[in-house]
Amino acid sequence: MSFRATFATALRVLKQLRRDPRTIALLLLVPVVLIVLLDQLFHDRRQVFQQIGGPLLGMFPLIAMFLVTSITMLRERVSGTLERLMALPLAKLDVLAGYAIAFAIVAAVQATLVSIVAFGFLGLHTQGPSWAVVLLAISNAVLGMSLGLFVSAFARTEFQAIQFMPAFIFPQILLCGLFTPRAQMAGWLRGVSDALPFTYAYDALHRATALGTFDGRFTLDLTVTVGVTVLALALGASTLRRRTG
Amino acid sequence: MGKGVRTLRNRACIHWTSLRAVEPPEMIDYRPMSAAASIVVESLRIRRGGVVVLDDLALSVASGKVTGLLGPSGSGKTTLMRAIVGVQIVESGTITVLGEPAGTPSLRWKVGYMTQNPAVYGDLTVRENLRYFGHILDAPPTNVEEVLETVDMTSFGDRVVNRLSGGQRARVSLATALIGSPELLVLDEPTVGLDPVLRRDLWKAFNELAAQGKTLLVSSHVMDEADHCDDLLLLRDGKLVTTGTPAEVRAQSGKQDLDEAFLVLINEEVE
Repeated sequence: MSFRATFATALRVLKQLRRDPRTIALLLLVPVVLIVLLDQLFHDRRQVFQQIGGPLLGMFPLIAMFLVTSITMLRERVSGTLERLMALPLAKLDVLAGYAIAFAIVAAVQATLVSIVAFGFLGLHTQGPSWAVVLLAISNAVLGMSLGLFVSAFARTEFQAIQFMPAFIFPQILLCGLFTPRAQMAGWLRGVSDALPFTYAYDALHRATALGTFDGRFTLDLTVTVGVTVLALALGASTLRRRTG
Repeated sequence: MGKGVRTLRNRACIHWTSLRAVEPPEMIDYRPMSAAASIVVESLRIRRGGVVVLDDLALSVASGKVTGLLGPSGSGKTTLMRAIVGVQIVESGTITVLGEPAGTPSLRWKVGYMTQNPAVYGDLTVRENLRYFGHILDAPPTNVEEVLETVDMTSFGDRVVNRLSGGQRARVSLATALIGSPELLVLDEPTVGLDPVLRRDLWKAFNELAAQGKTLLVSSHVMDEADHCDDLLLLRDGKLVTTGTPAEVRAQSGKQDLDEAFLVLINEEVE
């Protein structure tokens, strides 16, 4: 692994993104529009807005980066540039770390922007510090990126890659505790929920925003989130093959 | 600013001349038998999608020369090139590249590879693409302009690749293979779809690179390009039909026209 190659890859990914201003606009504006929509939707029920606003804010980058990464990586596989890269003195980890750095930067901008709007203009409150929410959003973005990278290996077309979003992401959003507290779930659902990474990402956000408690459970949440990220990256790396048939 | 650029350029010059001064004697003196060959393939067998594409293939590619890998489409040229650069799963046999088994990590610094379909980032400019490959290979920044000139794309350097024509895109892809001044260039149909003037210029550039001591393996399915090569390898259905200089191939077949010569040799093989 080399810093030069990792840095060059991160820069290259960011430059590619810069050539696509529409995607940047969508990445940055859609979360803002959604949080404003949520604010208006729960205009008379501020309690609900306070409860789901914070966690949702930290989840946007996860979903966005999942999609962006799975499509970008798929393109890299299909267009032959990945084969070209594998013939160069570039470690698989350089490619992955390059992507992670680039998308973490995008996620940081995205999370900061939506946080300014939510905390500054919409009156969203958080028990913990607001920067903790931004940091969690970034770590969630890297989680989304690593999951997107992994599933891109199982898609042959962009249509398939997009379908992984409802297949992979939606069930996790439903079961993470955002819609129904986990305590009220049927036993087997809760068991499934325990096994899904979103549950821990959500719980960490919930603790940082609604409870302001950074206790042992919060540490566990973070550990699981980071652990799954590393695991997905390792699995993703194993799908980048130097030699193919 | 100007001074800095000049220093870099000077450094690049030293880099080039020292390479030229040091390499040839090493190649000649060291290991006399195999030193003259940059690539040695022995009993190579490759299967792709259940079909045997290359079977019991043996060949060698001489150092410091332009070797043409010719044959009809589907004859296994791309598969052989992929195996040489180490991105192809090989069933059996050995490939030695610059004295090391193909796919050895250190070879990735020394072998430039141009894929058949342009493997460049369409949403970046030509220069951004080349700079990225240059960064990975730790090539001096001036190298970007050098390779742009070689492929005659200097005036298109700041264009986004997606807006270029097919032939221009192919040249960008070729430029990415040239970056880092590799010792061995493996070029998969670099002149396909290019106009005659450009093709002539590129072959001239290939011959100049060989004169500098680089080894080139260039595939083509256009037989009239064979005359630009020092050596020829004719592949058909994954087997080596013939090998030799253009003159030797003419003598073997009794035909002056290389196109006809290959038809004769291929048909002999079939019968």
